[in-house]
Parts: sequence; C-alpha cells; structure tokens
Amino acid sequence: MPEIGRGASRLAKSSDPGGVWYPSWYWPSFLTPGSIWLAIMFVLPFYVVFAVAFGAVDFGNFGAPVPYYAPWWWSFDTFNETLSKFYAGSAFYQEPLIRTFVYVFSATVICLVLGYTVAYFAARSATRYKGLILILLVSPLWISYLMRIYAWQGLLGSDGPISFMLSPFGLGDTNWLEGLHVTVVLGLVYGYIPFMILPIYASLDRIQESLLEAGRDLGASGRQTFWRVTLPLSRPAILAGIVIVTLPMFGDYYTNDLLGSTKTSMFGNLIAEQRTQNGGSTRMSSLVLILAVIVLVPMLYYLRETKRAAEQA
Amino acid sequence: MSVAVDAPAARTVTTRGYFKNPWRRPRVLQGVTLAYLLWSLLPVVIAVIFSFNDGRSRISWQGFSLRWWTQDQTDSLLHDAAMRQAMAQTYKLAAITVLVAVPLGTLFAIGVDRWHARPARMANFTMLLSFVVPEMILGVSLYILFTNLLNGLVPLGTPAQMLGLITFQLSYPVVIVRARLLSIGPEYEEAAMDLGATPSQAIRRILLPLISPAILASVALVFADVVDDFVTVAALSGPASSETLAQKIYAASRSSPTPEVNAAATMMLVTTLFVVAVGLLLYRRIGRVQGGSNASDFMQL
Repeated sequence: MPEIGRGASRLAKSSDPGGVWYPSWYWPSFLTPGSIWLAIMFVLPFYVVFAVAFGAVDFGNFGAPVPYYAPWWWSFDTFNETLSKFYAGSAFYQEPLIRTFVYVFSATVICLVLGYTVAYFAARSATRYKGLILILLVSPLWISYLMRIYAWQGLLGSDGPISFMLSPFGLGDTNWLEGLHVTVVLGLVYGYIPFMILPIYASLDRIQESLLEAGRDLGASGRQTFWRVTLPLSRPAILAGIVIVTLPMFGDYYTNDLLGSTKTSMFGNLIAEQRTQNGGSTRMSSLVLILAVIVLVPMLYYLRETKRAAEQA
Repeated sequence: MSVAVDAPAARTVTTRGYFKNPWRRPRVLQGVTLAYLLWSLLPVVIAVIFSFNDGRSRISWQGFSLRWWTQDQTDSLLHDAAMRQAMAQTYKLAAITVLVAVPLGTLFAIGVDRWHARPARMANFTMLLSFVVPEMILGVSLYILFTNLLNGLVPLGTPAQMLGLITFQLSYPVVIVRARLLSIGPEYEEAAMDLGATPSQAIRRILLPLISPAILASVALVFADVVDDFVTVAALSGPASSETLAQKIYAASRSSPTPEVNAAATMMLVTTLFVVAVGLLLYRRIGRVQGGSNASDFMQL
C-alpha cells in the first residue's frame, strides 16, 4: 500500500505520461551511459576529423597532421587541394571516384534484379522447403565477408576451376584477378546481395494473398497484378535494400584488394592507402568527409523511412 | 464436378506462360533461386573442403589430411603461434564487445522506449546514425581521434579496436531490444507496481525476463558480427599481436595463401554459425514459453 501512495505522489513531478510511476531522473539515467559513449566515440571523432581535415600538415615531421580544434582557425587549403584532385585532371584520384559510382550502380542493379527474383520465389512460391531456403538465404550473413571473397579468389585463380569451366568458350586464358571490372562488380554483388534479399523477402512475405486475389478478381492479369499490386507494395523494401547495399559499397576496398588490382581501385582504396603515406592522416580526413557527403543523402533517407515505419507500427 | 471444369483451364494457363497464373509452379523462379543458392554457398563449401587438402594448393585436391589443422608442426592452425594469437585476439575482442555493448545498448533501449523528451530523441537519432554510417567512415574517424586528440591515451591495437567495435555494435542491441519493448508495452510493469513492486523491482522481475529473448539475440548477433569484422579491426589495428583472423585472411590472400588460411576461415565460420544457431535455439525456447515471439529479431539485421 505505501508503495502505491508514494508512486502516486510522484505523478505531479513527472511531465512524461509514460513515466507516471517514476521520478523524473529515472528513465534518463538509463540513457546516460550509452549517450556519453556515443558522444565521445561517435560525435567527437567527427569533430576531430573536421579539425584534422581543416588543419595544417607538418612537413618537417613526416607530414604529421596539425589539427586546428577551434573552428575559427580552420583553413581549407589542404582540404581544397585534396578535393581539387578529383576535378583537376589527376587520373589517380578521378578514376577511382568514377569507377566507384559505376561499380556501385551496376552492382546495385544486379543485386536488385537477382535479389528480387530470389526473394519473390522464397516469399510467394516456396512451400515445402521455405524454412530451409530461408536459412540458406540468411546464412551468408554469418559467414565472414572476407572468407566469402577469399573463397572466390581461389576459384578465380589463373589455373582454377572457373578458367577450366570457361575454356570451351575461349575464356580459358583470361586472368580474372588481373583487374577486370566484371570480377570486382560480381564480387560486390556476391558480397552484398544477402542484404538486399532479406528486406525484400520480409516485405513480400507480409503482402496478404487476398490483395493479389482481389487484383485478379478485378480482371488484372498475373503480370498486371505484379506490376500494380506486388511491386508498389514492396517499394519501401526495395529502397531500403538499395540503401543498405550501397552504403557499405562506397567504403569498400577489400573486395577490390582481393579480386582486383590498382586498375580497379575504388574510393575506399584511396582512403585505406593513406595510412602509410606522408601527410596521409590529413588527406584521409578530407577523403572521409567527401565520402560522408556522398553517402549523406541515402543515409538520411534511410533514417527517415525507419522513423516513418516505426510511427506506423 | 469442379475437377472436370478446372482441368482444361489449367492446361491453357500452362501454355500461356508463367505470368498468367501466379499460383502455378514457377519453374523459372525456382531455377534462378536454386542457381543463386548454389552460387552463393558453393564457393564457401569448397573453401571449407580445401582446408583438409593434403597439398599446398587451395584449388587442386591432393587427398584428405589434417595437415593444415593439426598435423603440420609449424604451419597448421594448431601449431602456428601467430594464427593462435589471432584466434585468441578475435574471440577476446568479441567477448569484450558483447560484455560492454549489450548491457549498454539494452539500458539505452529501455531509456529511449520510456522517455520521449527532446534529449532522448536526440540521443536516439545519434544512435540510429551510428547504425547506418558506413563502417569505413566510423573506423577511419576513430583512427583519427585516437591518433590525434586522444593520442597516447588510447593506443592503437586492442584498446582502440575494443572501443571501436563497441561503438559500432552498440546500436544492434538497441534496435533489437527496442523492437521487443514496443511489442510488450508498459502494462506488465504497471500491473506489477499496482501490486506493490518498486520501479527497480518491476524492471528486474518483469521487464528483464520479458526482453531476455531480445538480449540473447543481441549477444549472438554482436558476437558473430565482431568475429567476422574486418573494417573496424583493420582501421584500428596496431602491433602484429593485435591482428585478428579476418586480418590474417586479408594479409594472406594478398601473398600466397596455403590451406591454413582456409582452416582459419573455417574456424571463424564454425564459431559464428554455432553462436547464432545456439542463440536462435535458446531464443525459440524462451519465446515458446513466453509466447508471441518468433525469429523476427534475427531477421532484422
């Protein structure tokens, strides 16, 4: 009894309707440790990246970065120098950037077409083996990305089984690992397609059969039902899949390191190779800022959609 | 009667093609899916098989042996000191990350679920941002932080990798536990407090058991994810002793890898699949007792 009385007396103190039974500091205290962690380990690093990218370089000291922590000191000289390499005719920077966009676009399109087909089958048509197919579709997520690409590297080697299998088609002498666009794009597809399949599968699985039957009853052909009912209903999942797949692809460098060469290097390679270079930290910071701008729109789109989905639920 | 009427209709549908009747057997889709599954899993299976190869090659089979697992006195997974260290480092990082990220994330999820004021919304937004930000950006940013502002305070290697992994994984338990909290609602705790429980008793004895499946799922997911992680671990690695299995695979694949690397990769594979499978089984069991939960928590990520 006294417990209830005490709880009720706190009613006036609490402004939040969900927290009527608790003192006002109660729920905030749950958030505090995680928030402090994120502030120091997630927000602060970005600030330091700004400070380094907009700072100076000490060429007397092996190009060590001299960060300017006060925003009013920020100088954009080194940042502009890095940025200008992308448009002022330095193939060394320009080509990886263009390549990244082409690779990410092609790989995403293939992921979408192939992924949608597979997800559609798993959600709508697979009956007896649905559970098994689902497990097989999810399992690549629990296999190390590096291992999966490493596995392909062995198969694609110059005297490997892929060359052997393709030799009747005159491709037996092709060195697939020598820096071919097609190898790296297919490597990206292979690596990221599970992330495309799962959201699409989940959304197709949720579509009620009665909606499709209604479409058919109203005179639509199977094809029309697909284009006018199924596809629009899975649109949010398609967009989510595209974002989930493209975000890591933009920062990817290891797929190319294992399956390609400098001829196929991507934006991520530019960043990764700075670590050992003179003045690398400053350039690395500038490149990360540029990358962040590239992925900002899809990132914010994804956040907005997640929020909307949460509000609807 | 109806059978006699349906039979000719079904035949015309068959001849008119796949799109006419979505409820017929879709052979093309079936074929594509089967081909996809083979394409997606066969290379991994082959890599696992070749960890038992007797020769040095990872593509031409020279007979079965445990040479690269246990028998070779220097280059097998069991006897190679560097590989053993990498294994220990991998599992150490995974265990520490689970121990810190899961409790931190669970508390955070409860806080966000019950407190809706502006600071909570801002914290939630930051958390979601850390959920979607490409790992490359986060890893490099932390590298810049640890080599500049916190230079000397957080050495590259295990401490930096640990902090980086916890930061990157923190959002997973939050998202999973939050989803579970949303489906539970505050009623059970309120009932408990009506019956005289204090707030902390209600949390410990009502809420925690209810969200335990989600916590369990988080433990499995975070552990498996850290074992497989490469980007964060590589960005924040220091001395050679801090290299993980994923880094070993990466380094070896750029020189001349032996089936020992296949064995190391298989080790990672077995660990993650085992952890996730055990997590899923326990999750199902608790879920069945409590009712209302399925594998959806595992599907989200």
